[in-house]
Amino acid sequence: MKHKTFFWFFLPTAMAMLVFIAAPIVSVIMQSLFLPHEAVLIQVENCGPFGCTQQTSIDQEATQALRDAAPMGRFAGLEIYFDRGHLATAEVAAAWRNSESIGAFFGELGNLPFYRAMAFTLTYTFTVTPLLIALGFFIAVGVNSVTRQIRGFLIFFSLLPMIVTPLVGSLILFWMIDARGILGNLIQFLANDPDLSLKASTPLMWISLIVYGIWSSAPFAFVVFYAGLQTVPQDTLESAQIDGASRWQQIRYVLVPHLMPLITFVALIQLMDNFRVFEPIIGFSAQAHATSLSWIIFNDLGGETRQLAAAATTSVLTVLCVAILLTPVLIRTWRDFKGKA
Amino acid sequence: MFLKNTVAAIALTVAAGTAMADCGISEGRVSIVGNEFPAIQTVGAGAMACANDAVEVSTNLTADHQTINVPGMQGNPAEYTSAIVANSSIVALINEDVIRPLDDLIAAHGQDLKPNQIVTINGQAMAIAFMANAQHLVYRSDILEQAGVEAPTTYEEMLAAAEAIRAAGIFENPIGGPYAAGWNLAQEFNNMFLGFGGQHFESGTANPTVNSEAGVKALEMMKALSEYMNPDFLTHDSNATNAEYRAGNTALMHMWGSRAATLVEAEGVPQEVIDGFAIAGPMTVGGGDTPASTLWWDGWTVAKNISDADAEATFIALMNGINPSILEDGDVTTQAVWLLDGYEPTDAAVGGFDAANSGTAPYPMLPYMGLMHTALGAELTDFMQGNESAEQALADVEAAYTAAAKENGFLQ
Repeated sequence: MKHKTFFWFFLPTAMAMLVFIAAPIVSVIMQSLFLPHEAVLIQVENCGPFGCTQQTSIDQEATQALRDAAPMGRFAGLEIYFDRGHLATAEVAAAWRNSESIGAFFGELGNLPFYRAMAFTLTYTFTVTPLLIALGFFIAVGVNSVTRQIRGFLIFFSLLPMIVTPLVGSLILFWMIDARGILGNLIQFLANDPDLSLKASTPLMWISLIVYGIWSSAPFAFVVFYAGLQTVPQDTLESAQIDGASRWQQIRYVLVPHLMPLITFVALIQLMDNFRVFEPIIGFSAQAHATSLSWIIFNDLGGETRQLAAAATTSVLTVLCVAILLTPVLIRTWRDFKGKA
Repeated sequence: MFLKNTVAAIALTVAAGTAMADCGISEGRVSIVGNEFPAIQTVGAGAMACANDAVEVSTNLTADHQTINVPGMQGNPAEYTSAIVANSSIVALINEDVIRPLDDLIAAHGQDLKPNQIVTINGQAMAIAFMANAQHLVYRSDILEQAGVEAPTTYEEMLAAAEAIRAAGIFENPIGGPYAAGWNLAQEFNNMFLGFGGQHFESGTANPTVNSEAGVKALEMMKALSEYMNPDFLTHDSNATNAEYRAGNTALMHMWGSRAATLVEAEGVPQEVIDGFAIAGPMTVGGGDTPASTLWWDGWTVAKNISDADAEATFIALMNGINPSILEDGDVTTQAVWLLDGYEPTDAAVGGFDAANSGTAPYPMLPYMGLMHTALGAELTDFMQGNESAEQALADVEAAYTAAAKENGFLQ
């Protein structure tokens, strides 16, 4: 393609990316570097149904004057990134000095919102991603080997978790695992412990969230792998069969290598998605046991006082973490690409 | 519950659309955002009744109102011409300067308002209150009788009553309460903390003082209560707590007056729950005189960034929503402790009335209280699960609050 043709083809996309992706990211970065102005506080008399009281309030005129003088707010540089709500460098250093053992140090870290969220997010990402790839792969192989008559039905059935809205899916599961729900009751019966509650125990809540994550994302892997299986060269498979390869050997030495680029693709997408785990935490009301960076952003924005700078900083940190997480996969893809060229 | 509310809201909307009351509005746009409990549904429907060919009236009543009201009023013109708020959530609107003083509109259209309905801040009327609210005791008289205990007036008696019910083998977990991690848990702490005589802040400053003796005692009492709760208590908000009560699983609970009144009217509530349903005032704790609860008002505001015509239309429509004639409907009367002319307290209102008469403290209307509430909601869960000490949890709260208050310019 000529450069000029390419340019005109690409222009609309580039404009859209600039407006909808680049500009918001720049805006978020700016917001993370600036803090709201100091509030000018005054004592005022407030009256209402319960009588009058002297209370502290914000002096709107004085605060407005500050805002007009510097509309961006106070420049804070990277201060917000290192405060307790985010990387908490001072607190981490203090914990390191004061802890007698590594265990105690990690206990202290668990008290800081960013690290508490990271502990769950990373556990979730690195258990859910491989397991959903494996599950999606086996569903795809299974569906691909049944007779054509029931395949359509099976595909629809396997896609259901992806069709259900994540929040609704997690709410349904949340009610089922309630101590009075069908699954919760079953687990109590199996464990022979009438007081067992999934929602009251941190490890069981983590397991529930991980199971939900695998359940809801496996169909994505399944669809991709199923499409990939339609392109497997039949001659290779037949020659493998003639050579006496077992079903397992065919999967291991023919199907998996053929689907490898797709596995990388699914891993890439799912690492990114799972790192931003959010809906199940809300759906399961799990914030007492598990939080994630996305949940912190939601919580900062959802209080009665919106904390825009704090939320923007967590957003930038999320972008950076995703970039770090994806680096190995991206390097691998780049090597493959160069190898082929 | 949700479905029922939705259906009710739609029914009211349809009814309002056909009623077409003439409120005397000739032009303007009215768009209201607010919480979704029954009394607010009534006010919203009353405002909707003012819609006509020239005036568009819409409401968005949702439990998530406070996350959308500020952004929805910051634009110019604002999407919402009014937010129905409480004494906690009005603070965010004032902090962001998105609501207008109402003095001129009150002079023109608010002659019928009672003086105590007008909420003034620094001498300017900023909201019109229409109901009062407080959390108080809701219990099952039949269960308490069976266990041979009186309705508790203190939290210590509540623990004793719970133990008696458990010992009698009636319920293993007789206590309920909105202890869901987040806003609800923080509110229960606020109640208990104020009951023990605590102050959230050093007077006149934004310096936190929750890590105090009162704070530790409050947490220890909450922990003691939670031993008698459903083990899932950290996921139970007020809706889930009510569901437990309706299902007949709870004998004693601390519940919002605005939700308690209509508690057993839902479909499918067992007869013994309906018969045993009883309300009492809020309880004291630790030998204190002030109840461990907070007083709230709910009221409406008018957005700043809208035209005068829209502001006037909004004011008139909402005045119609709180017209004292709504009290002619018996169901409406029980929905809340109305601040309207001609309101006679019903049996359902004894809890709220008792709260007001026994000197319960109003929820602190301070610019930085929202940040404290958020910090409490996120940091107390470790203590409630038994993972850390009360002192550590409160130190975490203060640290989280301080970081947020610095970011928002309340602390240096």
